[in-house]
Amino acid sequence: MGLLKSQRGTFAVTIKSIILASLLFTIAVQAQAAETIKVGILHSLSGTMAISETSLKDVALMTIEEINAKGGVLGKQLEAVVVDPASDWPLFAEKARELIQKQKVVVTFGCWTSVSRKSVLPVFEELNGLLFYPVQYEGEESSYNVFYTGAAPNQQAIPAVEYLMSKDGGGAKRFVLLGTDYVYPRTTNKILNYFLKSKGISEKDIMETYTPFGHSDYQTIVANIKKFAAGKPTAVISTINGDSNVPFYKELANQGLKAEDIPVVAFSVGEEELRGIDAKPLVGHLAAWNYFMSIETPENKAFIKKWNAYVKKHKLPGGSKRVTNDPMEATYIGIKMWAQAVEQAGTTNVDAVRQAMGGQTVQSPSGFKITMDAKNHHLHKPVVIGEIQKDGQFDIVWKTDGPIRAQAWSPFIPDSAEKKADWTYPWVCGNCKKAKF
Amino acid sequence: MKQTCLLIKSRKSKTTIRGCKVIVQLFGVFVFLIVGIFSFSIAEANDFESSIKDLGNKSRSKIKLAVKRLGNIGNPAALPALEALKDNHLQISSDGSLIILNESEDQGRYALSGNPVDLSSLTLHKPRINNSVRRVLSMAIGKLKLTSDSPQVRLQAAGQLLKMPSTDLVELVEKTLDREDNDEVRKIFILVLAKEGLKSDDKNRRLKSLNIINEFGNNDFKTDLEALLEKDDTGNFLEGDSEIRDHAAKAISTIENRQFFINQAANLFYGLSLGSILLLAALGLAITFGLMGIINMAHGEMLMLGAYATFLVQNLFREYLPGIFDWYLVIAIPISFIVSAIIGIILERTIIRHLYGRPLETLLATWGISLILIQSVRLLFGAQNVKVANPSYLSGGIEVFHGVVLPYNRIAIIMFVVFVVISIWMLLQKTSLGLQVRAVTQNREMASCMGISTHKIDMYTFGLGSGVAGLGGLALSQIGNVGPELGQLYIVDSFMVVVTGGVGKIAGTVAGALGLGILNKFLEPVAGAVLGKIIVLILIVILIQKRPQGLFAPKGRMMDN
Repeated sequence: MGLLKSQRGTFAVTIKSIILASLLFTIAVQAQAAETIKVGILHSLSGTMAISETSLKDVALMTIEEINAKGGVLGKQLEAVVVDPASDWPLFAEKARELIQKQKVVVTFGCWTSVSRKSVLPVFEELNGLLFYPVQYEGEESSYNVFYTGAAPNQQAIPAVEYLMSKDGGGAKRFVLLGTDYVYPRTTNKILNYFLKSKGISEKDIMETYTPFGHSDYQTIVANIKKFAAGKPTAVISTINGDSNVPFYKELANQGLKAEDIPVVAFSVGEEELRGIDAKPLVGHLAAWNYFMSIETPENKAFIKKWNAYVKKHKLPGGSKRVTNDPMEATYIGIKMWAQAVEQAGTTNVDAVRQAMGGQTVQSPSGFKITMDAKNHHLHKPVVIGEIQKDGQFDIVWKTDGPIRAQAWSPFIPDSAEKKADWTYPWVCGNCKKAKF
Repeated sequence: MKQTCLLIKSRKSKTTIRGCKVIVQLFGVFVFLIVGIFSFSIAEANDFESSIKDLGNKSRSKIKLAVKRLGNIGNPAALPALEALKDNHLQISSDGSLIILNESEDQGRYALSGNPVDLSSLTLHKPRINNSVRRVLSMAIGKLKLTSDSPQVRLQAAGQLLKMPSTDLVELVEKTLDREDNDEVRKIFILVLAKEGLKSDDKNRRLKSLNIINEFGNNDFKTDLEALLEKDDTGNFLEGDSEIRDHAAKAISTIENRQFFINQAANLFYGLSLGSILLLAALGLAITFGLMGIINMAHGEMLMLGAYATFLVQNLFREYLPGIFDWYLVIAIPISFIVSAIIGIILERTIIRHLYGRPLETLLATWGISLILIQSVRLLFGAQNVKVANPSYLSGGIEVFHGVVLPYNRIAIIMFVVFVVISIWMLLQKTSLGLQVRAVTQNREMASCMGISTHKIDMYTFGLGSGVAGLGGLALSQIGNVGPELGQLYIVDSFMVVVTGGVGKIAGTVAGALGLGILNKFLEPVAGAVLGKIIVLILIVILIQKRPQGLFAPKGRMMDN
């Protein structure tokens, strides 16, 4: 009995000490937390989108490390809170809520697919969070709580089609709009359809085809493209989702369609996606972005050097084979711009930072001074078109003279042409036909 | 010359003096011509050399001009340099001379002299060409090849020329047509001329052109013919002559008729090819699920492991045996089988065998295994897809009809699936192991009584199923992505094939896969890929409602249990 008692005694002491220790620990953690600024990173690290989004998480951490090395923001260090929404769209919304409410992050960098962005949008608007979205997308959207650092259609798709119609691009008179069946390709193709018609291309010279997600049998589609292309110079505009691209390009090559005869311009194939592809059959096909790893500017050389050093230091998988790409550049610009805005506002308060964001400029790796548009929350970006090379890099064949302003609402869709995204007084609205005030 | 003149003068009268003058004049002209031609040919040679040099120019427009000039000069000596430029094998050394590299880029020779060059002493860079340069290149190469001695090369070149806008070609084609003795090439030439003839003002020539197109034409001419039948906004025909219109309409329907059968044949091949891929993906499952009755959700990951095994073999070959790199695929066949089979056997021994007869738990357990395998591969190889290159003998295809190309990799997969199916059939029907497997699936207790170690047979069967899935993965690596999620793409299709075909029968799986493949490919041109897939799924639902046992019902006792 005595033995038992003494045991109980030690037990109670142990519990007490554990509680005390944990209390002390939480206090310590809180004390430490008070000195950092928490930023959220919302990218899929597993599931189908991990292939593209993992690099964005890595480059975000790299940029944060860079900012911290220079003394952080407002004298405080940035602390990245990384969550994994696992390519599951509803989970994106849940994780976004967790970041804002539980982790109290002051800004979130994240999302890739349009469907994930659409899924988190209500959360950010409800809780007045701040999201930086780094990927080219279909436009037709503008949110008070989102800054879009990727391209709108007029900064990617439209210039690419204009290039295909030019003499240098092959003077295409017929167009195949080929995409995976979801919101981004459908909306982009809708805009392109109107655009092509405004350029005098008739209905029967446009072929619009969709495939299910993960489609891997492109025999019939390639044969149809071939039939459709007979007689007039034709180009394919591909909004095929990442994974289906390999079977599509392999089928093209094997059926003997060459880039010089029927060029394919893709909007979601970049350096990172080409890493997993034997690029030989793709040589000469095109991609349109705002940045390529092969851009020769001192800023880009420095960016790539920084990235390689970061990969080496943290022993990231892939090692020396890792590449940089457009959404990575957009993430980098986004974080730097946010840090500048915070410094200017003197606080991390979402409303103050949002006001300070408009007109911020960052010297981008693509060699231009990139400005954030105060009105529509999109970046002014240059457009670059490149041809795929054997080594999976791009040879730049065309680029704009300077950055161009994004059109959140496409002027080519009759319904959207009247809408305006303007978050400054007196409009203060993302999709209005007249000013609010 | 003067002497002859004097001779004539002494012999004949005054009139000869004038004749002599003429001769002198003629002589002058002759000399002038000779010098002219000679200097012209020097100029041409210079032009040729400078054009070749210009191929390495930094400016793409200068390269284009040089290529065009080389095409017009018509000297076939330019061909090696042009082709090298097109294939990215042409390089420029720092002193501006052009060097043609061989396929593996370790040896080179000068483009002009053809002498070999020591590459190690030079710093080289490639001229940057784009699609518009490649188009000009194809045209120039086509023009130069028209004068080749080999009819095959000429045929290929003529086919290339047919693709281009024909106006600037007519002269060249008319010139070469007279010399051409090969019927196939002549046919293409006549078609090129006919296409041009459609635009002429002479009605008879247009009708003749239409008749030629009616007889030999293919899909490529439809646009031109349809242009003849177009109406303006008020509904009047743009083409005034009704006879021309009638002929054009007739030619279109002839071409369409001809094309219809070609299309059906093509669809059949596409269906067979899709079916063979489905079959390879499903065969392993037909054994583990069909014969053993295990709802194996990790089947897709066995495919994935087979593909990764292929990837590893490829890398080993690239590293250690680059000389015979193309044959890595042959070695990968047994390796991918063994890797998947061993992992399958380990899973069977450690987990699945404890769950026999409990289908729900098996389903959950194998699903868990599949997630574990996906994440482990992701940790080992990264989330990125990995590169699996097609060996050169599987790249490209063979054109059977105009516009219908059968890719070599698909033909190879069809042959491969025949080989795998026959091997499995032989194994199950002709060996004692197969006999025991069949005995165990048909009546486990009885087989056990006969002295068959059913546990061992279970292990072998599961290993066989997994190994066959590994072979499927090898085949899939040749047509699509290789990444951790590879298996997820095929698991639903595999179950669909096995269930449709009839659980427990390999023959059912074969019929199910080919049937689904062909059905899909005949629906797709009509309904589109998305709707086509929906229709196929609906048909399967109806089929399973009407025939729950699938197309082929097994006659075993397993179904009774």
